[in-house]
Amino acid sequence: MTGASALTHHVLEVNNLRKVYGSDVVAVDLVSFHVGRNEIVGLLGPNGAGKTTTINMVLGVLSPSAGSITIDGIDIARDRRHALERTNFAAVYAALPGNLTVAQNLRVFGLLYNVNDLNARIEQLLDRFDLVPLRDRKCGVLSSGEATRVALAKAFLNRPTLLLLDEPTASLDPAAADDVRTRIRRYADEANVGILWTSHNMYEVEDVCHRVLFLSHGRILLEGDPKRLPIEHGHKTLEDLFIAVAREPLTLGAK
Amino acid sequence: MRGSVARVLPLFAWVAVDMVLWGFLTRYLNAITRAGLDFVPTLLGAVLLWDYFTRVMHGVTTTFLEDVWSRNFLNLFATPLSIGEYVAGLVVSSVLTSTVGLVVMLVLATVVFGLSFLGFGVAIIPFMLVLLTFGLALGIVGSAIVLSLGPASEWFIWPIPAVVAPFAGVFYPVSTLPRWMQFIAQLLPPAPVFEGLRAIVAGQGVAMAPLAWAVALAVVYLVAACLIFGAVYRRAVRVGLIARYSAESLS
Repeated sequence: MTGASALTHHVLEVNNLRKVYGSDVVAVDLVSFHVGRNEIVGLLGPNGAGKTTTINMVLGVLSPSAGSITIDGIDIARDRRHALERTNFAAVYAALPGNLTVAQNLRVFGLLYNVNDLNARIEQLLDRFDLVPLRDRKCGVLSSGEATRVALAKAFLNRPTLLLLDEPTASLDPAAADDVRTRIRRYADEANVGILWTSHNMYEVEDVCHRVLFLSHGRILLEGDPKRLPIEHGHKTLEDLFIAVAREPLTLGAK
Repeated sequence: MRGSVARVLPLFAWVAVDMVLWGFLTRYLNAITRAGLDFVPTLLGAVLLWDYFTRVMHGVTTTFLEDVWSRNFLNLFATPLSIGEYVAGLVVSSVLTSTVGLVVMLVLATVVFGLSFLGFGVAIIPFMLVLLTFGLALGIVGSAIVLSLGPASEWFIWPIPAVVAPFAGVFYPVSTLPRWMQFIAQLLPPAPVFEGLRAIVAGQGVAMAPLAWAVALAVVYLVAACLIFGAVYRRAVRVGLIARYSAESLS
């Protein structure tokens, strides 16, 4: 399956994914899910639930113990290069090199992702994320909000079909976080991209995600519409449901 | 790199200081020893070649450590870049930066202290190739050590040239060494280079068999280093080191 041109399949398909460290530490346990085109899926769960481990496996920086990951129809284990050409990410723990300027970072990563007409693409993203005045500023001296906008510009550089956002607003004040969410949503609508989004801010998740997956102890416990899911499980808000998942996962049952 | 003094200066500053220091030492030695003995080609020539080897090795490791220091592993290895392309990038960067150092050393040693580099003849070509290849191999292995053991282990790799130097006979014939050190010297490609250098200065020809052995050995080490780096990278992906280094650096 060539994948890239096909529009019928999901941009991300994860099947029976499992990661075991050593002989008995199970970080992710037979997880299966998908992300569709133009869909924003929230990957939720308490610290240590397996969210970042799952994202790292999708990014190809951590090999699964079992299972498969298909990005835009391409199995990452078989064709890592073409799978990752269609992917990009932004994470609070993966800041861009602080000794390079905004423009230099975008250039370096544009070259690594083999972006066509790179100069024009960089100008487009600098403009889109209000980074033109920061073009020649070193990334190490940017504020959290500015650094997040640069990370997002980098994440959109290669026009990914799958975007992974690991707590993209974690270090931002509410106004900056709202600005970033608006930019991501607006751009995602135009770019025909599927997004896997992790966050501990349930208001944010309810606001941006079309569907959520609750992870606990490496397994998916719940899946559904973030606006309906709390009521379906006897909770008032998504935050209440999150707390229940974190404290009493067994009462909700594993999927 | 453009406009960054902190990056441009180390390319040539330390080797230039070495040339000045050893240049004056050779002048002093020439003055106090019997007439006709010239320390410039033996001592200053040896320092120049050894510094070149060191710059090559550190050129690889410094480029790799830039990614460690800037916590860039996750960003980098989540791109379509293959590990072969990444290592090739380390090699190209090292060749370019070490060439800058070499040119500065040659200019200083020739103009200020009268070292005739061309006087070594065509043998200088295999000499340089051996030092380049072995330097690249050690640099790649050093990078693999840091990737395997973590960012704090960079202090293991900086002294590697200083540890190798006594065995390689940079400043004295290998025959000076005790037998067990001579055995190790046979396994080090730079040893025949410096033996050859002294032979040329003494007016003797370069022994081709040891030099051919050195070339072959250096190539084997380079191939082995690339295989080791690939194996360490695959282990890092398996056990989660690449992702963990970014998270650890953050905390």
